[in-house]
Amino acid sequence: MTNSSDTAQSGPMLAADGTPLKKSLARSLRNQKMRALALIAPLLLFILISFIFPIASMLFRSVENTIVADILPRTVVALDDWNADGGQLPDESVYSAFVSDMVEAIEAKEHTKLGTRLNYEQTGMSSLFRKSGRQIRKLDPESDGPFKEKLIDINAEWGEIKAWSTIKAHSVRLTNGYFLNAVDMRRTPEGIKQQPENKRILVKLFWRTLAMSLIITASCIALGYPVAWILANLPMRTANLLMILVLLPFWTSLLVRTSAWKVMLQQQGVVNDVLVWLGVVADESRLVMINNQFGTIVAMTHILLPFMILPMYSVMTTIPPSYLRAAKSLGATNWTAFRRVYLPQSVPGIGAGSILVFILSIGYYITPEIVGGTKGVFISNRIAYHISYSLNWGLAAALGTILLVAVLILYWAYDKIVGIDNVKLG
Amino acid sequence: MKLTNSLLASAAFAVLAGGAGAQEMTIVSWGGAYSKSQLRAYHEPYSEMTGITIINDDSAAEAVAKLRAMNEANNITWDVVDVVAADAIRLCDEGLAMEIDHDVHLAPAPDGTTASEDFGDLLVSDCFIPQIVYSTTFGYRTDLVGDNPPTEVCALFDTETWPGKRAIEKRPVANMEWALLCDGVPFSEVYDLLATDEGQDRALAKLDTIKDDVIWWSAGADTPQLLADGEIVLGSTYNGRLFSVIEEQKQPVEILWDWQMFDLDGWIIPAGLSEERQKRALDYLYFATDTQRLADQAKYISYGPARKSSAPLVGKHADLGIDMAPHMPTDPENAKTTFLFNYEFWADYRDDIDAKWQAWLAK
Repeated sequence: MTNSSDTAQSGPMLAADGTPLKKSLARSLRNQKMRALALIAPLLLFILISFIFPIASMLFRSVENTIVADILPRTVVALDDWNADGGQLPDESVYSAFVSDMVEAIEAKEHTKLGTRLNYEQTGMSSLFRKSGRQIRKLDPESDGPFKEKLIDINAEWGEIKAWSTIKAHSVRLTNGYFLNAVDMRRTPEGIKQQPENKRILVKLFWRTLAMSLIITASCIALGYPVAWILANLPMRTANLLMILVLLPFWTSLLVRTSAWKVMLQQQGVVNDVLVWLGVVADESRLVMINNQFGTIVAMTHILLPFMILPMYSVMTTIPPSYLRAAKSLGATNWTAFRRVYLPQSVPGIGAGSILVFILSIGYYITPEIVGGTKGVFISNRIAYHISYSLNWGLAAALGTILLVAVLILYWAYDKIVGIDNVKLG
Repeated sequence: MKLTNSLLASAAFAVLAGGAGAQEMTIVSWGGAYSKSQLRAYHEPYSEMTGITIINDDSAAEAVAKLRAMNEANNITWDVVDVVAADAIRLCDEGLAMEIDHDVHLAPAPDGTTASEDFGDLLVSDCFIPQIVYSTTFGYRTDLVGDNPPTEVCALFDTETWPGKRAIEKRPVANMEWALLCDGVPFSEVYDLLATDEGQDRALAKLDTIKDDVIWWSAGADTPQLLADGEIVLGSTYNGRLFSVIEEQKQPVEILWDWQMFDLDGWIIPAGLSEERQKRALDYLYFATDTQRLADQAKYISYGPARKSSAPLVGKHADLGIDMAPHMPTDPENAKTTFLFNYEFWADYRDDIDAKWQAWLAK
């Protein structure tokens, strides 16, 4: 504010209308911000309602577990004083509380839902609740007591500690059980344990998903880089024509492209037929190229290739060819000129393409399902199974959360190593 | 002026569409040849009779998850849903399907037998109205088996006599049963054994012997395609798919009916419909599941009608003109040895066995 000393004024500077300049500047800036906010408000709201909120509520399911405490409120309280370690069955107060809770739950048709929930943890709970429900319905919680013997009569499993300790172990309202399941552990009445060896699958799938996504990203770079380079260096007219060849598969249905790979790669397929005809492989030892990891990698690399080529291309078109000529005129070999001048400038394109391809492939579902066989499926296939078949949405949410966190960590690592400012989509 | 007119027109159209909405119902099914058979046997005659427009939605495969989501959003857009029995049981357990009083809501047989007796054992859930019996069974390439066509399901495990790839479904249901059966376990003991760790390990050990020769399928169309391409020597799929491979596409394929796995498919009504929509859905189902209509459907697809009284009415295929009875999974000649999908067992053990199954597959 040298101005004020020049004119030798005292006091704050005033605007034309007499208010202090600072204040009026702040007001007009605020107005500007409000206007900007109002302009983006529809988009912000849309993202909030259609994206942030559903994802947050889905992620919350990974720890939410109100069902046991809501459907069996009295039983849960009564079970507080009971401890499975004693080796004794709970006493009559638990049984009578359970009957009162169950009669209400059966009325509301909620007992089978609870059975399904507990069956995720303890096999057999689903039919225990469904079958006992038909009998317990007939009991009157007021007058028919005592219930301990009656319940054990209805189903001998109510006379086993296992049933009650399972209910107790899963009566907490917020649970870490789903996350434990997601990493092949489980919450048991005796504390946290590892799953038996023949049921450990999810950790393996996480690693496989990461490893295969990296391989797919790397093959996309290897195949996409030369293509993008050619496109960027050809005359516009030819480049546009070739660009259609890149985009054409991009516009074709995903399912069609995946199924086409099946026809190409299967043992009686096009590739094998040609190889046999050429005499490269014998007829009885045709190559197995589909329904395994190889099939998944080939099909997904093909499908995701445009996501690699397009950002690379748009970055490469901005690299002036004169730079390479300058490097060469200063004595660089072709290789040195490429390595020291061209490659560093194209890194933002590689970065953008890699992030796109990697993040897309880590969540891919339909292609691995169709061509992956048993060894080429991803964690997303298990998420889909738990969402639409087993209905264990809590576990699906936990798996999804872990996947999301893994991507964010990798993104952060990328930012540290390469720098996110170096990513250009065009 | 033009703009106002078109605005008016579209408003009028919206009103009309809204008015017509009252006479519409959305029926969810599986798509393909199956939906077509329902269209011709049920939807078309019903629409003609009542003037109600039926909208087909082919998302039965995701029905359970979608109904759950609709229920949570409190906005149920489906009126009648076609699901397999296992899904119906789950929907009923979750409180997502409406309970049906079969004798009140469904038509009796022509001779007066009550609906519950006519459907008999097939009423596996209070929410479920059976429609067809289908089976998962094996088809084999006649040109790849030489002069020695397989007659038993255990051909699946005999890679010496019938070498080559075989296709089975990428899930434990049915495969675990076949494995135990072919490992020498009598039919009556299969499920008791499968409920134990030893039984499950034994079934997986048996499947281990052919693991390298298996192509795993997850869509019903996979096996027919693999058979047609000669990729596999035999493979399991739904019997209706095999029918179309053999009779419509004339491929060199035969069906192996031994120990076919029966399963049911039928209708549920979502819970929480308005009274008016519920009434309409029930009215449709009263019509679509009567004796004649179930028999009519068998003219278009080779699935057995769920009512006993429909069996004698099954006639010829509507387009091919061949007799449909011998192609039904329920035909006595075909149904000498059968499994019925054990819903109770799989509802309990599915999660447990599936975890082991997946771990075994990934090994």
